[in-house]
Amino acid sequence: MSVITDNSASASSGRGVRDEMVAFVIMAALLATVPFTGIYPFFVMQALCFALFACAFNLLIGYGGLLSFGHAMFLGTAGYFTAHALKVWGVSPELGIVIGTAGACALSVVTGWISIRRQGIYFAMITLALSQLVFFVYLQTPFTHGEDGIQGIPQGMLFGLFDLSKPTILYYVILVAFLLAFLLIFRTINSPFGEVLKAIRENEPRAVSLGYKADQYKLMAFILSGTLSGLAGSLKVFVAQNASLTDVHWTMSGEIVLMALIGGLGTVFGPVVGAFIIVAMQQYLAGFGQWVTVIQGAIFVICVLTFRRGIVGEIAALFKRSL
Amino acid sequence: MQALYAQLLVGLINGSFYALLSLGLAVIFGMLNIINFAHGALYMMGAFCAYFLLNIFGLNYWYALIIAPIVVGIFGMVLERTLLKQLAGLDHLYGLLLTFGIALIIQGVFQNYFGSSGLPYAIPPQLQGGMNLGFMFLPVYRGWVVVFSLVVCIATWYLIERTRLGAYLRAATENPNLVRAFGINVPRMITLTYGLGIGLAALAGVLSAPINQVRPLMGADLIIVVFAVVVIGGMGSIMGSIITGFALGVIEGLTKYFYPEASNTVVFVLMVLVLLVKPTGLTGRAT
Repeated sequence: MSVITDNSASASSGRGVRDEMVAFVIMAALLATVPFTGIYPFFVMQALCFALFACAFNLLIGYGGLLSFGHAMFLGTAGYFTAHALKVWGVSPELGIVIGTAGACALSVVTGWISIRRQGIYFAMITLALSQLVFFVYLQTPFTHGEDGIQGIPQGMLFGLFDLSKPTILYYVILVAFLLAFLLIFRTINSPFGEVLKAIRENEPRAVSLGYKADQYKLMAFILSGTLSGLAGSLKVFVAQNASLTDVHWTMSGEIVLMALIGGLGTVFGPVVGAFIIVAMQQYLAGFGQWVTVIQGAIFVICVLTFRRGIVGEIAALFKRSL
Repeated sequence: MQALYAQLLVGLINGSFYALLSLGLAVIFGMLNIINFAHGALYMMGAFCAYFLLNIFGLNYWYALIIAPIVVGIFGMVLERTLLKQLAGLDHLYGLLLTFGIALIIQGVFQNYFGSSGLPYAIPPQLQGGMNLGFMFLPVYRGWVVVFSLVVCIATWYLIERTRLGAYLRAATENPNLVRAFGINVPRMITLTYGLGIGLAALAGVLSAPINQVRPLMGADLIIVVFAVVVIGGMGSIMGSIITGFALGVIEGLTKYFYPEASNTVVFVLMVLVLLVKPTGLTGRAT
């Protein structure tokens, strides 16, 4: 398993963490200035939601060595739960986010418990099949409104203070949530828990023989990854103001793999870069119909054949830094 | 009762496609250690190939049954030689990602030219009509698909388990270096194996063209079900893949009759149950 994530091999050194903190401050500062630059804020908000989703996905593949091909089920579940709670129950935004994220968390407990029984390719196929199961459930249950999805969701006042229907306020709320979640992931991969996770990824029998309960660590990583993906799905509801089957479909699971892959699997910042690239690409190529799918496929092929470390991974290797 | 038999037949037909596709996946996985995500796209190409042969070259179904698997199989071998070969020695997951990319490209190109709607493909005249079996009415074409798939599956099993060529193949799966030392061209065998697996997928595509219409996304959702079939059956045994494929098709058909709401999900639910009881799959070895 060491081959697919060789990016993160040197990430645990002290200098590595310092480099990453500097990069984090630069990223936060750049993102904070976006509303003053005239860049379309909805584009950046959408990209931030996907960046969080990709980072959560990357936690599992990059540090746990588990390739999930069904992560869309967490994004979509949280989206549906949040949308339903806001629109039908009329709850406050913060409670809506909690309900959505908790739904994704519960789903990840069940699906994680089932899927970590196998590894490698089987794990990928099982997560894909489970997400297809979830997709069909949402297709048939009435509360998701099938093909139409849940639309026209009210944004409301966060904590009764922040009016989320104002784009600038919504932007900063999303940004703060993204940065906090990013720090949580960053803290996790540099914690003793993260170190054990990497050890299991590199050599599971050895980690087991040292007394670590590998399955428990993998399940914890799976739940954390699924829950944070759910947070991304809940936040996305406030940006898009709808929740639809697109977010649960396997194409979404493929897209998130692509984002992490192009940015760099197992790098800290790669998924963020990848998410911005793919969201921008979809924005600018929206008029080209299915050619977007072809281009995405081509990027997959090129990345796998020539560019396995991804953009951030290549840069990090060039400067011999950890990013 | 009529409806039950009809659903059983539909189940057997779907089961034939599951068996042909999971058989190909298992053969390819054995030799290349790759799970071929492009399998559904190549199945779709088989159906389109039959469509082109009929509408451009005027060659009927019987020619398509032979030509389509060969053409698509050669296309697969080119993919193997140019792209998949470069992944030798890398993590298996890269094979999954690469073939997923290939599937997106193929499906995207076909969607651009043919949209998402289905193109009709007529049942060949020799197989039109039906037979009254007393307890049910059997459309001849549907019966043909089940019998022919079964014959192809058994023939493939015989080729791999009972012939000298199959013995080389199984030996190369176990230990490629040793087989190479005996003077057997293993890279060529790998290419041919991939071609064989793809040919089976394309054959399933031709068989399904008159039943399911020819659509660019006809393989996209099917391949996910086939993955679940592979997880349930395990990829350790050829016969296991065949039996699991047909059995799951029948179970799906029965579900359509007794509890239609669950017919889309029953295979996935069974996969979960099998994982809980026997994580390695019904015939699988621990991996």
